Amino acid sequence: MNASSPTATFLLEAEDLLTQIEDIVLDLGKQADDGEAIGRLFRAFHTIKGSGAMFGFESVASFTHHIENALDKVRNGEARVTDQLIQLILASRDQITELLALPQGSALTPGAERIIAEVRAFLGESTESAKPVVAASAQSPAATAGRQGTTWLVSFVPPQGIVVSGLEPTLLLRDLRSLGACEIVTHLETVPSLQEIEVERCYLSWDIRLTTDRGIDAIKDVFIFVEDESKLSITPLPTVATGGAMRAAGEVTAPGKTESMPASDRGVPAAEWEAPVAAGASKRSTAKDSSVRVPADKLDRLVNLVGELVMNQSRLAQVAARLGDADLAGPAEAIERLVGELRDSVLGIRMMPIGTTFSRFKRLVHDLSKDLGKEVDLVTEGADTELDKTVLDQLGDPLVHLIRNSLDHGIETPERRTASGKPAKGTLRLTASHEGSHVVVSIHDDGKGLDTDAIRSKALEKGLIGPDQVLSDRETFALIFLPGFSTAKQVTAVSGRGVGMDVVKRQIDALRGGIQIESTRGAGTSIHLTLPLTLAIIDGLLVELGGDQFIIPMSVVTENVELQRSERSRHNGRNTIAVRGELIPYLRLRELFEIGGEEPDIEKIVIARHDGQRIGLVVDRVLGSHQTVIQSLGRFYKHIEVCSGATIMGNGRVALIFDLAGLITHVKRTPAPARAA
Amino acid sequence: MKTILTVDDSPSIRQMVGLTLTQAGHHVIEATDGRDALTKLGEQAVHMIITDLNMPVMDGIELIRQARATPQAKTIPIVMLTTESQPEKKQAGRAAGATGWIIKPFSPEQLVGVVAKVLR
Amino acid sequence: MSTLTEPAQYITFKLGDELFAINVTQVREVLDLSQITKVPTAPSYMRGVVNVRGSAIPVIDLRMKFGLPRTADSVTTRIVVMELTLDGESTVIGGIADSVHEVIELEAAQIKPPPSLAMRWRSEFIQGLGKRGDEFIILLDIAAVFSSDELALVTDVNPTPH
Repeated sequence: MNASSPTATFLLEAEDLLTQIEDIVLDLGKQADDGEAIGRLFRAFHTIKGSGAMFGFESVASFTHHIENALDKVRNGEARVTDQLIQLILASRDQITELLALPQGSALTPGAERIIAEVRAFLGESTESAKPVVAASAQSPAATAGRQGTTWLVSFVPPQGIVVSGLEPTLLLRDLRSLGACEIVTHLETVPSLQEIEVERCYLSWDIRLTTDRGIDAIKDVFIFVEDESKLSITPLPTVATGGAMRAAGEVTAPGKTESMPASDRGVPAAEWEAPVAAGASKRSTAKDSSVRVPADKLDRLVNLVGELVMNQSRLAQVAARLGDADLAGPAEAIERLVGELRDSVLGIRMMPIGTTFSRFKRLVHDLSKDLGKEVDLVTEGADTELDKTVLDQLGDPLVHLIRNSLDHGIETPERRTASGKPAKGTLRLTASHEGSHVVVSIHDDGKGLDTDAIRSKALEKGLIGPDQVLSDRETFALIFLPGFSTAKQVTAVSGRGVGMDVVKRQIDALRGGIQIESTRGAGTSIHLTLPLTLAIIDGLLVELGGDQFIIPMSVVTENVELQRSERSRHNGRNTIAVRGELIPYLRLRELFEIGGEEPDIEKIVIARHDGQRIGLVVDRVLGSHQTVIQSLGRFYKHIEVCSGATIMGNGRVALIFDLAGLITHVKRTPAPARAA
Repeated sequence: MKTILTVDDSPSIRQMVGLTLTQAGHHVIEATDGRDALTKLGEQAVHMIITDLNMPVMDGIELIRQARATPQAKTIPIVMLTTESQPEKKQAGRAAGATGWIIKPFSPEQLVGVVAKVLR
Repeated sequence: MSTLTEPAQYITFKLGDELFAINVTQVREVLDLSQITKVPTAPSYMRGVVNVRGSAIPVIDLRMKFGLPRTADSVTTRIVVMELTLDGESTVIGGIADSVHEVIELEAAQIKPPPSLAMRWRSEFIQGLGKRGDEFIILLDIAAVFSSDELALVTDVNPTPH
């Protein structure tokens, strides 16, 4: 299917409408008057039905008809919004999603039939009165009479307001002529005197003798839009012409000559009419929507091109600086500024409000709380906060997991809540806000909070901590992110099986984000996700290691210090360095990556922060800060955890971007002797 | 070349109508609801309007009524897109001043046929 | 089928003493050996990434991929940049060859199916054997080569005489 075909557009549109439907339904009953919401629901289903039928999804159209019907009844006050109706709407919505996935022309599924029966039962309809939905066309093919050259007398008295309804009687005469030979008699008797004429009224009537081999249906079709208001008679004439009677009634217009009406009857004089059209059409292009859908791969291509442009611009800047030519410096600076703006604009296109992601969760919370027998209100804040589409796409899964956890383990049953003096209905708050170059997304519940004692004893039992280890609350909370902490046996159906918080942690790490937990026993838990605005650009610290350049994401860097060879020997075997009184463990990347060659006398340690812990990364040189466009390393390097991507430097070399979390995972997995100095 | 204003909140229908009529040699401008259509009417002369009936903000019936009250659209053909299941809508549309109607679902050929029927 | 009788163009390259060929439609360009950035912790046959027209492209040592011992790069060493469809995804990848020779035309009649026995190379990666003069040319199904996660393309059975 062509990406820009009307059918493809319809599928995207249906997806949007189904999302809207879900949003609206889940808000039903929150306000006293749902009239407006019901109207929107009705229209959304109506559009799916109408457009579905247009593009060959007959099963979607016939299925949707029933729920549309139910909503129409609600709209007219004949039915009420009940929990049952809400469930039916949601079920219908899901069913439509399924039907749309089937090829065009597929039959209704048993599931669809079942929901139709339920909707009918809801409306108190009998199941027999099936009503055809996919209508026959407006212009059913004219019944072919088969008779050769029948002559008809067509008598047509149009309503006087015909012109104001946008139809010119002459057009009807033209259509009649297209059916066969016509003799047309125009009756002028009913035209009043000049003083009484109203310019927008039609006072004429016609008798037409039409000889055609088409049937009466084809003639009726000509008058389809006016037959109700007009006086129209169509009668077959004997084969012998009886034109004499007609001639007596008025003047006969020769076949082929167009009936003309006074220009004033058009309301606007013809000459004045044509001119503005031509001018308008040439000046204005086709009106477009205020937004345009663009396939994501086109956008990715654009981002890559901008990346190349940024790279070449930085080369140009280097050359301009080296040559010191004033004539070159001006344009080079202008290009630098323009490329910067272009880059920001292009990356801006990828920014999407988090609201669409949030709205997905309404349904989740609704369904889950029902399953768990809990009452939960979902409150969202900051839905218009924008994040890179890639970040948003990858944020869905971890958020689902965290929300499931909050509903499953955080918020208590209504009975328990009431017993502990809380409102029976729990609240789950999803918020998003900007904090510098990051977005913080938080999930807050007013449930029972994390039990530090239970976490601690479980971590002890699993051997994740030693019995004497002293931990702050925050450190204790962080234990739940360790692989192996989640116990499969305690996981309920809702939270999924075998998927622990360590997976959430990994997913957030992959987004170069961070997780923090706040929790108060009895009062609730907040989980804060700190996410970069975009994945396409990174602020990094450029470092050198064995002749290659690497980038350490600035978001994890806290400072860098020097490490003398002599100093290093003192630390040898302990691999820690004292920075302002604090002992910080460090990794010698040269050893870790088995890089040969001459080591510099003075190495640098870049101090980075990971999971609230500081760690030093020993490199040959620190070259400075660097903002760069990230490229994926592609399928061949997808198993490499120590690097998250690559970037092209101004000199054309490829620099790799370190992934701190991956680096630490790698070190933990690699046996210690391999790292011995 | 005639300019036709097509009014529908459904992008796929607008696209289908637009493609069909453009291929038939017409100039097509689009509006997403009745109010949008009235704005476009004020900006540019059109020879014909094809409008959906169920739309947010301002529905098709109200659009026809208000368009008929403007000098620009007083006498031009206005064709409504309607469904078999809503005969009362068709009546309301005609009362408001619609020239004719096309029943959904319709084929490109039917659309071109109706346009040829009413367009001067 | 007409496509079989029409001669196809191949680009030939050497690994050790063996002459290989890849269909030219799969080759984007041939580059001199430029500075390759090694990717830490990657297996050694994955030599690193290189900048090809603004994109970081993975570079694979074909000798090692084919189970031959690695040798030092020389002045004739080249990067063959290929564009392949792997799992339905278009992928650009560079392969390091000892030397790249020429573009040749081979007609279907000049190509023999790979012998299933006594072959040093695994038959699923070989489209056929071409012959030019006295020289055999191994026509590679290069997409199959890179779809395989296995490092060595040599058969498990040691082909050298016992």
